[in-house]
Amino acid sequence: MSQFFTLSVIVSVVASGIRLATPYLLASLGETIGQRSGVLNLGVDGTMVLAAFAAYYTALKLDNLWLAVFVAFLVGLLIGVIYALITVSLHAAQGISGIGIFLFGLGFSDLLFQVWVGTPLPIPSKLPPLGIPGLSSIPQLGDALFRHNLMTYGAFLLVPVVIFLLQKTTFGMNVRAVGENPQAADSLGVSVERTRVVAILLGSSAAGLAGAALVLQGGIFQANLTNGLGFIAVAIVYFGAWRPLGAMAGSLLYGVVNAIVLQLKAQGTIPRSASDLAAMAPAVITILALVFLAGRVKAPAALTKPFTRH
Amino acid sequence: MRKLLGASIPILAALVAFLFGALMLIALGASPWEGLRALGSGAFGSSDRIVATLIKATPLILVGAGISIAFRTSVVNIGGEGQIVAGALLSTMVALAIPDLPRVLLIPIVLVAGLVGGAIAGAIPGALKAYASVNEILSTIMLNIIILQFMNFLLRGPLIDPLEVEAGTRIPQTERLSDNAALPALPGSRLHLGVAIAILAAVAAWLMLWRTPLGFRLRAVGHSPAAARSAGIKVERHVTYALAISGSLSGLAGAILVFGSESQRMVTDGSTAGFTGSAGFNGIVTALFGGLHPLWTIPSAILFGGLLTGATNLQRVLQVPAALAVALNGIVVVFVVSSNRVRARLDALMESRDEMNSSDRSAEPDKMSEPEPDTFFEEVKPA
Amino acid sequence: MARLVINIEYMGENTMNTKHRTWFRLLALLFSFGLVAAACGGSDADDGGADAGEATETTAAADDEAMSDEEMAAMDEEEMADDGAMSDEEMAAMDGPLRIAVVAPSSKDDLAFSQSMVDAIDALDREIDLQITDGTFVVEDAAAAVRGYAEDGVDVIVAHGTQYGGSLAEIAPDFPDTTFIWGTAADTLGLDNVFAYYPAADQGGYVNGILAAGLSTSGKIGVVGPIEAGDAVAYIVGFQNGAESKGAEVSVVYTGSFGDVALAAETATAHLANGADVLTGTAQMVVGAVGVANDAGVPWFGTQANQTSLAPDIVVASQVYHWEVVLEEMLALRDSGTIGGQAFEVNLANGGLVIEYNDAFDLPDDLRAEADAAVAGIIDGSISTGA
Repeated sequence: MSQFFTLSVIVSVVASGIRLATPYLLASLGETIGQRSGVLNLGVDGTMVLAAFAAYYTALKLDNLWLAVFVAFLVGLLIGVIYALITVSLHAAQGISGIGIFLFGLGFSDLLFQVWVGTPLPIPSKLPPLGIPGLSSIPQLGDALFRHNLMTYGAFLLVPVVIFLLQKTTFGMNVRAVGENPQAADSLGVSVERTRVVAILLGSSAAGLAGAALVLQGGIFQANLTNGLGFIAVAIVYFGAWRPLGAMAGSLLYGVVNAIVLQLKAQGTIPRSASDLAAMAPAVITILALVFLAGRVKAPAALTKPFTRH
Repeated sequence: MRKLLGASIPILAALVAFLFGALMLIALGASPWEGLRALGSGAFGSSDRIVATLIKATPLILVGAGISIAFRTSVVNIGGEGQIVAGALLSTMVALAIPDLPRVLLIPIVLVAGLVGGAIAGAIPGALKAYASVNEILSTIMLNIIILQFMNFLLRGPLIDPLEVEAGTRIPQTERLSDNAALPALPGSRLHLGVAIAILAAVAAWLMLWRTPLGFRLRAVGHSPAAARSAGIKVERHVTYALAISGSLSGLAGAILVFGSESQRMVTDGSTAGFTGSAGFNGIVTALFGGLHPLWTIPSAILFGGLLTGATNLQRVLQVPAALAVALNGIVVVFVVSSNRVRARLDALMESRDEMNSSDRSAEPDKMSEPEPDTFFEEVKPA
Repeated sequence: MARLVINIEYMGENTMNTKHRTWFRLLALLFSFGLVAAACGGSDADDGGADAGEATETTAAADDEAMSDEEMAAMDEEEMADDGAMSDEEMAAMDGPLRIAVVAPSSKDDLAFSQSMVDAIDALDREIDLQITDGTFVVEDAAAAVRGYAEDGVDVIVAHGTQYGGSLAEIAPDFPDTTFIWGTAADTLGLDNVFAYYPAADQGGYVNGILAAGLSTSGKIGVVGPIEAGDAVAYIVGFQNGAESKGAEVSVVYTGSFGDVALAAETATAHLANGADVLTGTAQMVVGAVGVANDAGVPWFGTQANQTSLAPDIVVASQVYHWEVVLEEMLALRDSGTIGGQAFEVNLANGGLVIEYNDAFDLPDDLRAEADAAVAGIIDGSISTGA
């Protein structure tokens, strides 16, 4: 059996981990924005799977990947509009509303898939990995980090964008203000409702993009494609302490640990009888990491509280 | 008049949701009336179907009652799936270990094993939350994944049916478990003891919450941890209790799923939903629909159980994918939950009209405003 | 250090006043009543046009949708009275199309396990009225569907999933005149009205393994499996033995999931990183792995159904299940009055297993000849697949 610590294997594991992390990252970045504004969206998984179907169907029928990404984005946006209407305007309880959205997305995508597609045919073309000129020719490092598809680059580029958005823009300050103390923000003339609606729309469209990333990487759709991925993304937001960098760390941790486990299985280092036990690793490591992190971070104070002006 | 209007809003919302379902049926080329009929007859159309619905509702009642206890202690339990499996695994192991015990002993023992298994799976995130400040939404989701893989490991390895190994088919399932552990059923029917146990457990959960000191303390913690703490209640311990009790009811559901099943064994298809039928998840919706009241989860569970069994029939009779029911469940939840505010607004509107019409100004103007929403995060000073 | 205590926002005491809760409860009750009413309404409307969905039914007693208890009882008596060799009803039913129902764990178009059975029934040379309940991965839901079809009076019910066996053992005795076909399984549960079928998947696996070893230049082959169970195991064991008989090294990874396409894809990537240059896999999530193989341009071997359409350039061959071979035998037995009690194997010898080649893949002739020799050897017993 070959060793794990050969350079080419490590390169492959890192690249694989980054690919696996991409949908988690997109979804958890979006959810981070939403939660910072005080809105919990447990419907991420449903949004993702429905957007994934939309992207798949567009790519399958029209073979236009950017249109597929755009359609997934629109589906995310549309669900965001519905979710904003329910939770911000109608003050519905966020936890349960999210579960409603999740169930709807799960069932509706499956329904459309069975009726419109049926046979799980792969899409005609997938997003090709692109080497970044210069960087991708760095030995080893280039293959690990700079030979991915555009969705992956985009997801990681979104991290500084979201940091900038939350920390340096007026909108970001408003988001944080309405997430911590909506009454005070309101008295300063910030529209709590509008800020939250925009935050929800951003978060939900990001979940849509995450669904597209999943489909354009795998090239296929099937019922419950996300397999609970959206819930893990919500967990990653908590793990990341409501910070974009934290979300990135959590997503990468989840993706890379998964990739390492697969690699160790492929090499036979992990015996087949323990294969299932090894599959626990990402979840166990996340919980352990959380035990060390917990207590040091604080959630947005107004998370899940609907705003009523007094 | 106002009462009537107020009452009609959520019902209207649900009807609108069903209208969506009807539209989807039309889009699929099926008659909505036929769809409703297939759904209804599939759920309640014969005594067998009613029994099937009750059996489907059984884990929902238990999980729902458990969720009610957790949520009323302000603890979110999304770990129902894992807790069901944990209870089922432990009760299965017990039944494998002592298969020859007489029925009167073995049945209670496996049910208690289910309770214990679920309680362990619940106590872990409970203790992590209470003593290590680990968010329980996250830990219960992660624990679901961990327990699933543990089930796959056990059913594929240590607990696998020796016949499967011999035949080389290696289906990940246990051998047929002792008949002495099988829940007794009414003769000629599949209605088994588990249904009655679930209902009794829901009643017990209600009694516990509102008639015992423990229940009072749990609700106090849920209402305001800070106030509870200053009243001398050990908040950490009760948070752990809440998740453990909630988990134990899910675990009991797991044991009933095994020993009330037709196959009388545990089998995995590699997912939790393959064993639980997503009861851990649907139980949350059931509990919320029942207003987080253990007793009201019973009719709520029967409703959702009916929707689920009805959907299988819908697929069978009309060849409409059963996924429709899942989507419909989501729409119903969304519409009914959203109708809350519409109703409040309507109430406020009526109120102001009343005020205009009557000269009596003494009516409290704020009476009909939104109820203060519960807090999600609350900072608590350490004891 | 501040401690976080988390509180879910719920429709409970704090968020909802008593009046709200009451309405919700009333609503829950109303729904239940509504469904009951719809159910009762159904039995009253039997003469209406609402029966279109059941218009295909050929047996008189079968219309039990929304059947009342008395009707059920009446039917039970009728069934008891009919308990004998062949009832008039069944004779009559034989004149119309044969009513077959399939209950399958995944989608009927899955290009794999479930589709193989639906395709097989479509390939049968007789008039058939086919009903399908697919995607019933929850065993108890499948059991409900099987029971429902039996109550409907469907002639032949195919329970297409080994995991359904435990439930079938309870259901089949309740419907002694109905033929149940169960697989993949090697035994009939000791029941007279159950036929069983199973694939010797190791045979095709062995042939695929020989081909894979011949195509590999690195001598390393990767396998992507779901969970270690069922015909996946048989296929993979056969594949491994076939490939190893030609000196190749085979690495098998079970991802632990039937559904995780992304994980299957990354498993294939991990194999490639380890130097594997030929891949195979089984179950519905392999589409992800096929995509990786396609991108890398490495040959792929399929099983259960012909996977050429997934990647026309790199699929070399697929082991395809042709259940119709044994279904024909079962239905012929049923026509002659034997409604169950036998188990059938599909294998290379009886044509129930077929290695279907992708003509677009340029397979060297000598390798093809080697594979054909292996098929002949397995059929005449000179080659053992080791499973």
